[in-house]
Amino acid sequence: MLRRTFTGLLLASALITPALAEDVTIKYMTFSAAPNYLKELDATIAAFEAEHPGIKVTYETAAWDAYFTKLQTVVAAKQAPDAFELNFENFVTYAEKGALADLTPLIAADTGFSTSVYNPTALAAFAEDGKQYGLVESFSNVVLFYNKDLFDAAGVAYPTADWTWTEELAAAQKLTNAGAGVWGDFAPIQFWEFYKTIAQNGGSILSPDKKTVTIDSPQNIETLTWMIDKVSTYKVTPSDVEMAGQSSEDLFKAGKIAMLRTGIWLLGDFTENAKFNWDIALEPGKTSKAHHFFANGVAVSANSAHPAEAYQWIKFLTSSKAAVDLRIAAGWELPAVSDAAAVQGYLDQPVPESREVVFQALDTAVVPPVIGNWNQLTDAVGKELEAAKLGQKTPEQALKDAKAAIEGLL
Amino acid sequence: MSPAADRSKYLALAVLLLPSLAGMVVFLMAPVLSSLVLSFSEWDLIGEISWVGIDNYVTALADPAVLGALRNTLTFILGYLPSVVIIALGLALLLNRRIRGRVVFRAIYFVPVVTSWVAVSLIWKWLLNPQYGLVNFALGAVGIKGPGWLFDPAWAMTGVILTSVWKDIGFVTVIYLAGLQDIPEPLYEAAALDGATPWQRFWSITFPMLAPTTFFVTTISLISSFQVFDQVWIMTQGGPAGATSVMVELIYKNAFSYYKMGYASAISWVLFALIFAVTIAQNLLQKKLDRSDG
Repeated sequence: MLRRTFTGLLLASALITPALAEDVTIKYMTFSAAPNYLKELDATIAAFEAEHPGIKVTYETAAWDAYFTKLQTVVAAKQAPDAFELNFENFVTYAEKGALADLTPLIAADTGFSTSVYNPTALAAFAEDGKQYGLVESFSNVVLFYNKDLFDAAGVAYPTADWTWTEELAAAQKLTNAGAGVWGDFAPIQFWEFYKTIAQNGGSILSPDKKTVTIDSPQNIETLTWMIDKVSTYKVTPSDVEMAGQSSEDLFKAGKIAMLRTGIWLLGDFTENAKFNWDIALEPGKTSKAHHFFANGVAVSANSAHPAEAYQWIKFLTSSKAAVDLRIAAGWELPAVSDAAAVQGYLDQPVPESREVVFQALDTAVVPPVIGNWNQLTDAVGKELEAAKLGQKTPEQALKDAKAAIEGLL
Repeated sequence: MSPAADRSKYLALAVLLLPSLAGMVVFLMAPVLSSLVLSFSEWDLIGEISWVGIDNYVTALADPAVLGALRNTLTFILGYLPSVVIIALGLALLLNRRIRGRVVFRAIYFVPVVTSWVAVSLIWKWLLNPQYGLVNFALGAVGIKGPGWLFDPAWAMTGVILTSVWKDIGFVTVIYLAGLQDIPEPLYEAAALDGATPWQRFWSITFPMLAPTTFFVTTISLISSFQVFDQVWIMTQGGPAGATSVMVELIYKNAFSYYKMGYASAISWVLFALIFAVTIAQNLLQKKLDRSDG
């Protein structure tokens, strides 16, 4: 009798032990959650752990500026977290270097799950050579924010979808009030703004096959001239010295900028802190419309000891109803899910009035021309743009020099 | 002492030194050696290391970015080194006189030295703000329209130099003060009896007697100014339009932004060779001067 009980105990413990041993901990690293959305991240993890007993998630955060230096160092030290967040540009670099686990077999084996829950364009951004190396987590874009009160005061009609640079300039000139320190228009002169603005004039940095550098085309010279003229000729945009280290967002919030091209990640901040009426509109273009499109994804490390569990976590983080709802309620970027009902909560928020513009802008999205030496390309082009902005070089010369620099990197 | 006692003494020394020695080996010597090895490789931190021989060095010596950074570093040194040495010497002479509250003054001038570079850089970024900064406000008060400082490629380096001189002056001053204490008082008394003017006393006694101190502070300051980085990174990140891009900033960018550890290591060793050569040259010059004096 005693012996039988003992055997029974042994059996029972044999049954329990493997279950305990399966308790795995997934390490996750993120930039988008810090510092404003840690509460939502904690709630997402709690929901995940409730649904997946036996998997625990711990996380580490780093601010955007320091995130990639930190990630790279831990990857080099073979201490990479099981899952980590990547923006689109860095995703390409990491995928090409073989640092990411191929999720294709895991997705194929995952019965009852289909990638159709994701926005297809956004999901495709995280695939390379037909293999899915990451799941898309969120996206954001840039639109035209405008201060309605300043428009009303100057008697200027609000921007519409069919505005071009011409209407924008005319409005900006009326809105600018040097005496009151009010500027009509603002867009920075730097690499990211440049690749989008040239697309609004039919230009590009590289040919579609990324083999030929097209940055010094006549329409690009025209575009760069336009960007600089707004500062130096028309004086509707403040120069760096006039900005004096203040951010354009702060100036907008202070009612000192009437039209500002900036990211939808500021919607929450402006809703809370802008003490005037404002709205958003599609950006004016010259010959065509073009809008930034930034996507963040989550990938599993190629060296993870628990790729299957890590995959479960990133799937939950990117597509589960719990995670999507938390994100939308907090304005923690926009989940890239295809279900229109899921994002209805986003559209229903009262400020700004024209929230649908965020989705309309996706129809004319441009993605950055990412190459292997991406950071070097952005630095090299950025330096030339700066030289043109400061008047050290003509736009033509700057773009010619940028072309030579890019050719050295391809 | 017996050899056995000697041995136990060395053993005790070794044990006592071990903690700091271990730290130095692990955190200084090992990285230095590995950077030398890496400088002959191509490594992106994530993938495999591939060996490329002296390619990195060949590229570095012809790279316009390296040459530009070198030029900017030399510009920095040219502005920084004489300013910091001359102003500190002047200050040391002042603080060496029997003035009321000189201990307080000495402390005040030393405060920036023990302040973190990050704090100093951020404060100066605001002081040099073209619209709201105290510097341009003061200039405006005397009718001068201040420049764009860190936003103007022609003035950005001056801004960085100003900040660096302000921060380091206390350190050099303290060394000079120590040097001044070592000059025997009778020399001045004798000179005064012979009717030497204060100016003559400075040039014939103080300055030559301070030569070893001057050599020391120039060497130390020269080495550290070749490695200027913190203030540049915080104040301008090498901008505007590359006007303040310096050697260490370039090394950092290549390593942690462009994922080129090998190339970054090679530039580090080029910088090391440069500092080494300059220090040796300075040393030889000093010896020669000593001999011609004696």
